[in-house]
Amino acid sequence: MAQKLVVIGAGMASGRVLEKLFEAAPDAFEVTLFNGEARGNYNRIMLSPVLSGDKTYEDIVTHDDEWYAANNVTCRFGEHITKIDRERKVVISKSGETPYDTLLIATGSAPFIIPVSGKDLPGVVTYRDLEDTNAMIAAAKPGAKAVVIGGGLLGLEAAAGMQLRGMEVTVIHIMGHLMERQLDPAAGYLLQKALEARGITIHCKGATKAILGHGKVEAVALEDGTVYGADIVCMAVGIRPEVRIATDAHLDIGRGITVNDQMQTSDPAIYAVGECVEHNKQLFGLVAPLYDQANVVAASLLGRADAFRPVQTATKLKVTGCDLFSAGDFADGAGREDIVFRDPSRGIYKRLVILESRLIGAVLYGDTADGNWFFGLIKDATDIAEMRDTLIFGPAFQGGAKLDPMAAVAALPLDAEICGCNGVCKGKIVDAVIGGANTLDLVRAETKASSSCGTCTGLVEQVMAVTLGDAFVLPTSAPMCKCTEHTHEDVRRLIKASGLKSIPAVMQELGWKSPGGCHSCRPALNYYLLADWPLDYKDDRQSRFVNERNHANIQKDGTYSVVPRMWGGVTTPGELRAIADAADKYNVPMVKVTGGQRIDLLGVKKVDLPLMWADLNAAGMVSGHAYSKGLRTVKTCVGTEFCRFGTQDSTGLGIKLEKLLWGSWSPAKVKLGVSGCPRNCAEATCKDVGVVCVDSGYEISVAGAAGMDVRETEFLCKVATEAEVMEITAAFVQLYRENARYLHRIYKWVGCVGLDWCRAQVVDDLANRRALYDRFMISQSVYQSDPWAEHATTDNRPKWDALADLTLEAAE
Amino acid sequence: MNGIDIGALADIPVQGARVVKTVFGCVAIFRTADDQIFALDDRCPHKGGPLSEGIVHGTQVTCPLHNWVFDMATGIAQGADDRRINTYPVRVDAGRIMLDAAQLLRRSAA
Repeated sequence: MAQKLVVIGAGMASGRVLEKLFEAAPDAFEVTLFNGEARGNYNRIMLSPVLSGDKTYEDIVTHDDEWYAANNVTCRFGEHITKIDRERKVVISKSGETPYDTLLIATGSAPFIIPVSGKDLPGVVTYRDLEDTNAMIAAAKPGAKAVVIGGGLLGLEAAAGMQLRGMEVTVIHIMGHLMERQLDPAAGYLLQKALEARGITIHCKGATKAILGHGKVEAVALEDGTVYGADIVCMAVGIRPEVRIATDAHLDIGRGITVNDQMQTSDPAIYAVGECVEHNKQLFGLVAPLYDQANVVAASLLGRADAFRPVQTATKLKVTGCDLFSAGDFADGAGREDIVFRDPSRGIYKRLVILESRLIGAVLYGDTADGNWFFGLIKDATDIAEMRDTLIFGPAFQGGAKLDPMAAVAALPLDAEICGCNGVCKGKIVDAVIGGANTLDLVRAETKASSSCGTCTGLVEQVMAVTLGDAFVLPTSAPMCKCTEHTHEDVRRLIKASGLKSIPAVMQELGWKSPGGCHSCRPALNYYLLADWPLDYKDDRQSRFVNERNHANIQKDGTYSVVPRMWGGVTTPGELRAIADAADKYNVPMVKVTGGQRIDLLGVKKVDLPLMWADLNAAGMVSGHAYSKGLRTVKTCVGTEFCRFGTQDSTGLGIKLEKLLWGSWSPAKVKLGVSGCPRNCAEATCKDVGVVCVDSGYEISVAGAAGMDVRETEFLCKVATEAEVMEITAAFVQLYRENARYLHRIYKWVGCVGLDWCRAQVVDDLANRRALYDRFMISQSVYQSDPWAEHATTDNRPKWDALADLTLEAAE
Repeated sequence: MNGIDIGALADIPVQGARVVKTVFGCVAIFRTADDQIFALDDRCPHKGGPLSEGIVHGTQVTCPLHNWVFDMATGIAQGADDRRINTYPVRVDAGRIMLDAAQLLRRSAA
């Protein structure tokens, strides 16, 4: 005779139990199914597409009336169980008692309601079932306002769905970034940007104070004083297991209904499954482990041995256009290492967390195609030591025994973008090569690939090599130095792409061949790191060449030269007296006027440097950085202030530019000139950046040189105001700082990337200009400080002297 | 060894150097990234550059004037020219640097 099985809750977990039971033993159980909702089992995960209008309820029904009838299930939908009488083995509902031999509790979870005033107003919904979904759909009149409280998986799906229905949506999230349980801050940030780009307002760190309204919801007020208007409020701040019925029946309860490995509660006749259970102190919310539980319940009911073993779970956000995947454990922790790939312009972020040669967590944003492969590695605890170098590029790159970057390039699809600046995909390069372009220059001419910023040059060459086979001779794109095979461009790219933030990290991750690098790569790495991560990286003084380390130019006899800054080449009698006094006091053998309108004190002993600096500091002067790969001087003529030909205040503008730019480090030295009229007395047209004032404004030209190469500047743009000169100059210098190879002067760099590209970046694209300017100022907030003042302190002075003096000690 | 306490290890920056004055010229005391200590003449045989101002990498140092590279353990120049500079025994004892200065002190008897 069939056993009486009573099931409380017709959700996805219990639905799977029934499927398994009927499949294995169609007549073993006589099933009565209670459900609070007035309907049977539907695919709750698909409510989001219903909300957004992609699907209807009918599309997501899992078990229809026919299915229940075919399996002889007595359906009691819309009927709540009020009590379980364990002694008499009956459940009690409004229509009376129903006896059971075995009871299965599958009450799922209940949404958490934050206890603020107004939470019960009409128009406040949660996001759990079809009623909630329909309420949101009903509220979705064009222009209507929705506020979603909770920026987790469900909240964001609700927000995206309502936005697609034409509502104005705001998401309030209490944490610092979205989906903090599934995403790290970087991926959360990308997600936020993507959602904002489609018009959803995101308010992180927002604590809801009250829901306002008379008779129905009208607005949501936050603790910080912000108020958002709302026609509907969706509260999606979390769920808790629905355990009330089990608690009343005195079953063992933790946070959920406690079950053993067989999914049995503390009463052997009662099983539980789904979001309402707690197994080994763990709760479950995603569908994969719930289905595993269901299989175990079915086996147990059929008297077969089986045990529930929770496995890792992966999450995907079901918001069209936001590809997001996370799996495993990605919190920071001891012994955990990260591999990070970022491609901000394409909005791609990938992070893998590794513990002892095993992948334990993965977060993918923007490109989630490899999610399942990573998930497999996590579940199987595969040893990834062998493929670690190329792991982040996914399974396509793991073929063959030897893992080389060439295989990676060969595996790229033809539509993979190689050159981001010019939007050139692999196929186009391959076609050009097959069409006869067998040198990099020809490929550049044909496709424009690698002809702009040049950072993809290595990739383009690899595509050529893969296409041409042995016929391709890699042009000697010289490695940075003998410590590495990577070129400067590759290293810069990898520092950014892999988020490398220290010299040891770069050397480790990029496989440096020498311990501690060499005198050639260390200053370059130090510069790349401080330019790319101004807030994170700490300048490494010991990786600097002597002049920058000692803030003075070393001379051939080991003495130094000292140059105080004279803004725009303007000085005062007071400053000149202080300079003269310092020259006397420290027996300076030569005082010379430099080509950049400064005064140079030559032949100063190292031990005297901090003393002299202190004296010059006291007279109001700071370091002139005459020794730095950085902003040196802004040379000016006198302009309208005194000159009868001057058209603008060239001296004043030069001083402003110098005060804006001083202290910044760059790949090589940067010199500016500002001339007050086209007679060009400041010789601005052979500087890195030259400004020539004219009646109607300012002509900015760049990429001049007057060293081993002599070049006239090339015209960049003409602007009307000083403010524009300042912004464009800073943006241009920042573009140079971010892209050029170490030791390349601006004219060389412009020769590589092209003036047109620079102009597009800093003149035509206003938003980009502003962004470059802002990044420059962030760097300046760290680096615009006087090194003299830092080293001239009494504490620091002894470091400039000998460690010990043995000249007076006598041998025994 | 006849060690003279010339200062604390902490007085020398990691991957850096300080000098000790002697009657025979300055001796550069180097500290590597892994806290090894070396003592060499502070004078490049090429043009007399102060090696103590060079960039320290691994157990090598590069002269700041013309990029000659020396192995600090042997004092031998790397590359085509293999000239050698004097090295001196030095060790760290309880955080203090002990330099064997036998050859470096004024010889009162001499």
